[in-house]
Amino acid sequence: MLTYIVRRILYSIPVLFFSTFLSFIFVAYAGNPLAQLRSNPRFSEQTVQNMTHQLHLDMPVVERYFLWLQDVFTHKLGNSLYTGQALWPQITRTMGHTAQFIIISEVLALILGVSIGIYSAIRQYSVFDYVFTSISFLGFAMPTFWLALLLQIAFTDIFLHYNVRIFYTSGLNSLPGGPAWSWDRLQHLALPIATLCIISFALYSRYMRASMLDVINSDYVRTARAKGVSEWRVIMRHVFRNALIPITTVAALNFGALLGGAIVTETIFSLDGIGFFFIQSLNTLDLYAVMAYLLITAIAVVVFNLIADIAYGFLDPRIRYD
Amino acid sequence: MTEASRPPQGPLAPSDDSLFPSAQGLEGENIAPGSVVAAVDDTHAAGLDLKVRSQWSYARMRFFRHRLALVGLFGLVIIFGAGIFAGFITPYTYSEIDLNHILQGPSHAHYFGTDALGRDEYTRVIWGIRTSMEVGVFVAAVSTVVGLVIGAVAGYYGGWLDNLLMRVTDLVLTLPLLAILLTATALLGQGNQWRVSLILVFFFWTGIARVVRGIFLSLREKEYVEAAKASGAGDARLMFRHILPNTLGPIVVNATLAVGTAILVEAALSFLNFGIKPPTPSLGVLVSEAQANPSTPTGGTTWWLTVFPGLTIVAIVLCVNFVGDGLRDALDPTQRRMRA
Amino acid sequence: MPDPVLSINDLVVEFKTEDGIVHAVDGVSYDLFPGETLGIVGESGSGKSVSTLALLGLIPQPPGRIVSGTAMFKGRDLLKLKKKELRRVRGNDVAMVFQDPMTSLNPVLTVGSQLGEAIKTHYPDEKDDAVKKRVIDLLNLVGVPNAETRYGQYPHEFSGGMRQRAMIAMAITNSPSLLIADEPTTALDVTIQAQVLEVMKRVQKETDAATILITHDLGIVAEMCERVLVMYAGHIVESGTVETIFRAPRHPYTIGLMDSLPKLTEDEEWLQPITGAPPSLIDLPPGCPFHPRCFLAREKCRQENPPLKPVDGGAGHASACHFSEELIGRKSKFSEEAVV
Repeated sequence: MLTYIVRRILYSIPVLFFSTFLSFIFVAYAGNPLAQLRSNPRFSEQTVQNMTHQLHLDMPVVERYFLWLQDVFTHKLGNSLYTGQALWPQITRTMGHTAQFIIISEVLALILGVSIGIYSAIRQYSVFDYVFTSISFLGFAMPTFWLALLLQIAFTDIFLHYNVRIFYTSGLNSLPGGPAWSWDRLQHLALPIATLCIISFALYSRYMRASMLDVINSDYVRTARAKGVSEWRVIMRHVFRNALIPITTVAALNFGALLGGAIVTETIFSLDGIGFFFIQSLNTLDLYAVMAYLLITAIAVVVFNLIADIAYGFLDPRIRYD
Repeated sequence: MTEASRPPQGPLAPSDDSLFPSAQGLEGENIAPGSVVAAVDDTHAAGLDLKVRSQWSYARMRFFRHRLALVGLFGLVIIFGAGIFAGFITPYTYSEIDLNHILQGPSHAHYFGTDALGRDEYTRVIWGIRTSMEVGVFVAAVSTVVGLVIGAVAGYYGGWLDNLLMRVTDLVLTLPLLAILLTATALLGQGNQWRVSLILVFFFWTGIARVVRGIFLSLREKEYVEAAKASGAGDARLMFRHILPNTLGPIVVNATLAVGTAILVEAALSFLNFGIKPPTPSLGVLVSEAQANPSTPTGGTTWWLTVFPGLTIVAIVLCVNFVGDGLRDALDPTQRRMRA
Repeated sequence: MPDPVLSINDLVVEFKTEDGIVHAVDGVSYDLFPGETLGIVGESGSGKSVSTLALLGLIPQPPGRIVSGTAMFKGRDLLKLKKKELRRVRGNDVAMVFQDPMTSLNPVLTVGSQLGEAIKTHYPDEKDDAVKKRVIDLLNLVGVPNAETRYGQYPHEFSGGMRQRAMIAMAITNSPSLLIADEPTTALDVTIQAQVLEVMKRVQKETDAATILITHDLGIVAEMCERVLVMYAGHIVESGTVETIFRAPRHPYTIGLMDSLPKLTEDEEWLQPITGAPPSLIDLPPGCPFHPRCFLAREKCRQENPPLKPVDGGAGHASACHFSEELIGRKSKFSEEAVV
């Protein structure tokens, strides 16, 4: 099992390298951040040239990549092209906020999705099943941003009409810099979490249900029944454990989508998270900030995939020996 | 998440179980699709009558039994019809400004209300449907073709080509799609509907390539391919005549569902102001405009500006998904046999 | 004659499918006596598996339905037992071994724990050590080498033959009075087949259980069974001792089966299959189900379904053919050879 983990980790490193390299080349070629400055009469040609040199923009791309890579390790991701300030503290702060509500959403979505998926499969074609299948279909069809907006509108309306604030519709805390683990924070994060949770839930419950149904008709389940095992034990011990295996893959593949969802919800709910940071960097064509975001998220995805792989190995003994 | 990468539909596709296992009798399996299963023996003419059914008519039968799929199909016809004939069914024009009626809620004159410039939201939504339709179909079609070719070549020839392809698709699949797309559109092609579509294609082909590659890989070794090879069939013929037909089912399903995903992704991009930009109508843009004008002069929320475009997106994608689900059931090659 | 361990009377099982009602088992009756091994032979679709699955209530009831019939086992009708009662019988008094050892064991649980489960389900108060010891003893009995180590291994670490042995061990854990083996060797290599059959013989000697052995392989029947039932399209068409059936079959289908076997002692140019194809079980016409392929078929065969009638010749020899007398004196391919 240990070798399996080590192997997965080693495999991730070239992947990271490649993805950041490709991203860098892409970003570098696609836009010249100083192009805007050029058209601005306040900056003389000389200033622009100086800046170009200072920011190494006149070097070949590959060299710049390695310079950047160096910066990543020595200067902690370097400085923002736009603000000139260090990126690292910004990244850590925003990443922390994003991580908080993403993790809560994912855990909730998994627990709810798996449970409802199991029950839907056991009570196939019941009212319960139909209701939740419909909810899943809706979840698949709804744009994340729209769901977020709906929730925002609904709760704003409630506030406007009844003067009662159940959940906040923007910001992380009522006062900037408020505590991370407090009722206030929870009230502010409730709607973003609800948004991401509902969308992920639709996915997990549907796949869990399908997986359960798949397994329930397996030969080994029939064997268990033929042994006289009670239906409850058959479901919990034989069906559930096997049905859970594909869900790890689904969760892993969904993580990228989850980060995308974070971008959207943070924008809508004005949360100081890494997604919002990313949008701002794109708007200002802040090359290094964009790269910082891409690198961090790539690492996050790789780490998450690693966790999913390990979980998979834990659940499925067959995979541990390949 | 719906608009960003959803897991590949192929290997993990949750197929809706049919209520009853189909009793195949013993008509056999693994028939090269398109061929007809016929009663061969004349002893049968005397006694029992085997029903003659081709693979495709079975599929058609199953699809039409799927009620949701029919509802979806009907819905799509209406919605896409509205998009195509947008000019004929909208009471106003897209950019008709009426400063006397800004930010008004739904009414007789304006079914979906008006926006900050008094433009009729209903009209704008209808035109938005057309754009979404164009983007969705274009992205799905082109990415399917590209993915098909690449997947076929990789799956058939294997080796380093296949490896390379797998690494690339791995990369694309695991990175946050929305982030990459945002970067791409931000730097390369904002505003223009076709540029955005092309960028989407650039990432969507990986899904179908994977599925196709899988099928080609597995079928490459099958006996009937070897038999064809032995009788002198060349590579191209093998690929087209023998293996390709087997991929049509999953391809059709994948392409259909891709339409929905593409529409969702484009809407998200446009909403964040990195996709299609005004004046080109887009449902995502409409919602972002709603964000810019969240309250009415009288103090309420301009809910209709958000709800109606979004509802339209949901309706389109829902119908597409229903149809896709029905197609998947109809074309699912794994039919359950009954054991005697 | 001692009382039968199992007495099945007029069992009818059908399945509801999209294409119609499949009559999988259409009126099957037989007795099984203690310690005897009964073979049930037939092609896929003959109903041989379904008839035994019905005994343990392992037929999924929404599509399947036990229409009528009784199955008396130790004074109780298995088909009428309540779920709880039935569960107490399963794996305890009546045990089953399934066809495909690859898929019949849970891949995520160790073999030891799965065998232990068979014990713990019925004897929940047994201590873990005692259970483990018993499991290892059983594994030794069925010839799994290194039983101690194997106990903690997973099914995918076992070879096909070993897995099947483990399945057999699992079935006999609680010393059942009735053991049903559904094509236990079909999924195995021929050499492994022989080994597993050896194990089964050993196990039978140990437990003295009455055994039903379902197979399509006449060779296995010859080696393992005392009596045999031949099934076709949900009916028993012939029954008798192995000797009688092999030497002097009295049903055209049985004769066809025998004739289609290649003979080791002679040179044969062509194999002799039975003409025609197996019937669809959905719209069975009236009359004998075999008549479209029968060389004896007459008008009466098209109209009346022949009942299973005793045939003079051997004790307990019966045939469901209107014209079985015409087959008297007809020798089968194997008549000259010593059988069993």
